[in-house]
Amino acid sequence: MTEELTPPRRRFLALGASLAGAVVACRKAPAPSESGAHMRGYGERSPHEKSVRVVRELTKSLGTGSSRTPLGELHGIITPSALHFERHHSGVPALDPAAHRLLVDGLVERPLTFSLDDLKRFPSASRVCFIECGGNSIGEPGANLPDVQKSHGLLSCSEWTGVPLSIVLKEAGLKPEATWMIAEGADAGRMSRSIPVSKALDDAFLAYAQNGEALRPEQGYPLRLLLPGWEGNTNVKWLHRLQLVDQPAMSAKETANYTDLMPDGKAQQFTFVMEARSVITRPSGGQKLAGPGFHEITGLAWSGYGKIARVEVSTDAGQTWADAELQAPVLSKAAVRFRYPWRWDGKETVIACRCTDETGYLQPTRDEFIAVRGLNSGYHYNGIKPWRVNADGTVTHA
Amino acid sequence: MLSWLLLLCSAGVIAAQSQPYGFGQPATAADTAQKDLTVFPNGKGLPSGKGTADQGATIYKEKCAECHNEKGEGRPGQYPALVGGIGSLTSAKPLKTVGSFWPHATTVWDYIRRAMPFDHPRSLSADEAYAVTAFVLHLNGLVERTQELNEKTLPAVKMPNRDGFVPDRRPDIKSKR
Ligand code: HEC
Repeated sequence: MTEELTPPRRRFLALGASLAGAVVACRKAPAPSESGAHMRGYGERSPHEKSVRVVRELTKSLGTGSSRTPLGELHGIITPSALHFERHHSGVPALDPAAHRLLVDGLVERPLTFSLDDLKRFPSASRVCFIECGGNSIGEPGANLPDVQKSHGLLSCSEWTGVPLSIVLKEAGLKPEATWMIAEGADAGRMSRSIPVSKALDDAFLAYAQNGEALRPEQGYPLRLLLPGWEGNTNVKWLHRLQLVDQPAMSAKETANYTDLMPDGKAQQFTFVMEARSVITRPSGGQKLAGPGFHEITGLAWSGYGKIARVEVSTDAGQTWADAELQAPVLSKAAVRFRYPWRWDGKETVIACRCTDETGYLQPTRDEFIAVRGLNSGYHYNGIKPWRVNADGTVTHA
Repeated sequence: MLSWLLLLCSAGVIAAQSQPYGFGQPATAADTAQKDLTVFPNGKGLPSGKGTADQGATIYKEKCAECHNEKGEGRPGQYPALVGGIGSLTSAKPLKTVGSFWPHATTVWDYIRRAMPFDHPRSLSADEAYAVTAFVLHLNGLVERTQELNEKTLPAVKMPNRDGFVPDRRPDIKSKR
């Protein structure tokens, strides 16, 4: 980016631009150059590519909403960082990485603060994993959302790099009474969540990079908590404090929000794991098949419990199911791409997919979900999503 | 060599030796104080201070009503309601608010202090936070106008949905194939 160029080079560029302008002004209708575009410091996609996140504010105070990944327009398993979904409760803070400090305190032998440089000196680790908002598909069990961006777009998958949290906690020395860890962000609302120390010591890490470069501001720049397989909100962004304690804080986002209200009026709490689910991204709602003949059915499957073991596809409204091919790599707690070759006969039908993970967990149907959790649980909906392929090739919700 | 020995003798280095890597700086009391917002249901983390709903009414009018409306009824589609919905959780349209859903008064205090007013978070003093929390709870019929909330009395406020939460019992859906 321009800001990153050194001043002499910037001046050189400015001079070049004005010289070029002068030359163009003197010439008469030069033949357009057939040579390609110049190189550039930081790439942008082709101007022909238009996929964008869909932004939805939830209150009149900006920065309290979400933006959804256009899953129907993407390929493979990695979400481009610029299209990774967002969910914020108090906007995106502008943090100076040089001034940012992570405080690790509470029930530790040695309360410590870490700069970004400190954290980057520790042994690093990279891992591809999905992040899905606990509120992905809120409303879906009661009303069929029309396209996969609206219905499933609070799911994204990246390669994250950082330091395993167990290493950092060892540095501070956990006291035996430390059973919970309050993770707090430096966003305006200082969003915080209580995390069991068992998860912190298992596979949690502190991520400073996403898809090979520094985190995007919307993803917690310069530092976020990464809890593979756990609901998005617990992956606290802009992380500035880990407070080791012996009880959960019962913060607003783990009581008022992200709890699952059951039909009996009780709410399940600390429902961290995102259970297995899958969805067909092509063909999906809002898309149109060009005509009868070959069409690849493809989509994503993921499970917070581990690896996806199996994805099945039905092209006859659930009467029969056949195994889809899983594209390698099939990684634990990461999105998996599946494919199923299909010859469409041009008649109206309903297509759907369903998955099983390595623990044997079966993705439920909508009715199975509603039978247990009712229509008001809101969070963590993972029912099977059918799409109707109409005779004219249009695809709508089913 | 001498300075090396001196260093080795200092407590700092001995502590650092049990650190596998020795990265990071010892955190000071000021580091913690700067970020010390967490309040627990038993009141741990609450600073000393006090306020009543009567005192909070003025603060609310000045700093909260613009968004949450005069009586905490919110503005549909714009700002959340802070009152109502008690008894609605098993209905077809449950209304989750501080009054109907939040299990602990300490969470209300913690959230208001850390995140509100939305556009000027952490601008309330401890006394103001006690007072305005008392007012929000009063709007929900949970504390009296003149009842003083402080670090001792706030955790004792009984919220209607105190026992409304159960631990994660998933996988709770047994799917059939
Ligand atoms: C500029 C608008 C604005 C002002 C002023 C404001 N709030 Fe808020 N308040 C919000 C928004 C927006 C949310 C929702 C935040 C979110 O989505 O996470 C909210 C949420 C809340 C909630 C949580 C509601 C729930 O059930 O989730 C409480 C409690 C609250 N505010 C109290 C207050 C108090 C007390 C004041 C005054 C000291 C105040 N607010 C001032 C905009 C405002």
